[in-house]
Amino acid sequence: MIAVHIENLQCSYGKEPILQEISFSIETGEFFIIIGPNGSGKTTLLKTINSIIKPQQGNMEILGTPFQTYTRKSLARLLAFVPQEVPSDFPFTVKDVVLMGRYPHLGVFGLEKEQDQEIAKEAMEFTDILHLATRRLSQLSGGERQRVFIARAICQEPQIILLDEPTASLDLAHQVRTMDLMERLKREKGITVVMVSHDINLAAMYGDRLLLLKEGKIVKLGKPANVITFEILEEAYGCVLMVNPSPLGDFPQVTLVPQRILLNS
Amino acid sequence: MSRQPRFLIRRIVTLSVLLSLLLLAVTVLGISIGSSGSNLYSLYQYLIHGEEIDPVLKSIVWRIRLPRVLLAIQTGAALSLGGLVFQAILRNPLAEPYILGISGGSAVGAILGILMGLAYFPGVSLMAFAGSIATLLTILLISMGQTIVKKDSLLLSGVMVNAFCSSVIMFFISMTHDTRLHNILFWIMGDFSLANMQQVLVLFILLVPCFLLIFWLSHTMNLLLMGKEMALTMGVNVKVITVTLLLTTSFMVSAIVAYSGLVGFVGLVIPHLLRLLLGSDHRLLVPACILGGGTYMVLCDLLARNLPEQGEMPVGVITAFIGAPLFIFLLRKARQ
Repeated sequence: MIAVHIENLQCSYGKEPILQEISFSIETGEFFIIIGPNGSGKTTLLKTINSIIKPQQGNMEILGTPFQTYTRKSLARLLAFVPQEVPSDFPFTVKDVVLMGRYPHLGVFGLEKEQDQEIAKEAMEFTDILHLATRRLSQLSGGERQRVFIARAICQEPQIILLDEPTASLDLAHQVRTMDLMERLKREKGITVVMVSHDINLAAMYGDRLLLLKEGKIVKLGKPANVITFEILEEAYGCVLMVNPSPLGDFPQVTLVPQRILLNS
Repeated sequence: MSRQPRFLIRRIVTLSVLLSLLLLAVTVLGISIGSSGSNLYSLYQYLIHGEEIDPVLKSIVWRIRLPRVLLAIQTGAALSLGGLVFQAILRNPLAEPYILGISGGSAVGAILGILMGLAYFPGVSLMAFAGSIATLLTILLISMGQTIVKKDSLLLSGVMVNAFCSSVIMFFISMTHDTRLHNILFWIMGDFSLANMQQVLVLFILLVPCFLLIFWLSHTMNLLLMGKEMALTMGVNVKVITVTLLLTTSFMVSAIVAYSGLVGFVGLVIPHLLRLLLGSDHRLLVPACILGGGTYMVLCDLLARNLPEQGEMPVGVITAFIGAPLFIFLLRKARQ
């Protein structure tokens, strides 16, 4: 089944076109990563899938249904979103924040039932933040806060989870931890993971398929080995790169080349 | 987890019962004390044991003091709730109907209504509502960048709108030598002394649906605190909810202003105090603001009518004495 199907999508801020002639599909249960240089429209594409931004043109189907037919609540039961920067001054405890993920499932007065509490607890166990349950958000580190918002997204029980550069401000250990978490989410819960990433190496290691954007258009879509070649990347990013097979497995590894070395050779 | 599944509902009920008892206590206090002296003991005998009391006192209690206390409760409840809602929607801890100029706009509308010779209800109330909506739109237009309502520009435009409204009110007062404006000077800073049961009943009918609607949206307000985009992706129809809440709150505030004048800073004091005690869950804060705001206003009114040796002072003087320093304190805290 197709999780997200996009056809001839077009988006612009005012007169400035951001996305043009975008057509692709994301399979259910896929780890799908959108990469590309700054200003290539990655985040706009993610926000369009999320219906935060309305496209000027084109069709989009979420799980086989046109996006216009969903209400906010019914869409939130299928799609969850983890933003790039999570609010730190949000005046609630970890558990309260995670429980808020139940919002699209709650009844008229927005009161959680026992079942909702259970789901929240499971989500906190899954992301290893159960021990932080009664802590306030402002008392946590960036990485912990990130996991709280991922737990909140899981608590929403979506079929698709969207993440906007979740590793951008994290240290190495938290980066790999977040990515591992997403992989487990995909494998154990069958959730489709769609992520915007700055980090091509992480994308190559974890992505089932990558979508490379440049100036609002699709440059290449395919398995990491087919997208991450030095010809394609040098063309898209406009800098010299080295691409080798990774010593860890069947995916490529990208190395940046400093100018000093280019001049010497 | 340590929390019981029904924990939240039980907390809401317990809190509401406790605050209702407190409100009842100050209500009894409010109808017992007045310019004709304190009658706590004889009233106690009358209310609890059904003993006969002086018919003059009886009439004072039922026809003057009770409507006055009830109007104070309604004013405190609506203005506190108004502050809570504005603080959540605008994500600004300093937002409050009076500070934003919403109350001032209602007052201009109400005065126009009085000068046009309209009846208090619905004429003056509708004019006040129109005035509040006009100021709301004005401050939103002034302070809105593309999508973000900036914290400081919102307050600044509120201050300016307020200053403008005050001068409009003063203009009308200076231009008219009319008995209709006899009470306006007092009314400008809040006055419950003219309350009667009929007004109180009309206000009750207007306010209760607003209270219910806001309580119904209280969990949604929690999510709005996360920001527009997050709220959207969690299933909140941000536009519809925001417009509904702003309209409901403006309606509530304008109804109150039409009857009891300008009482400032209540919407700042009560929500902040309750947040300190209860945390930030609006499902608790909404009922707490209604009951706690009512209690606070009855106490303020008691001070206003008993502090001066002769006559009384506008209740807005008391609320400003308490609220304005808190505003400055919060402003400093927000800057840090």
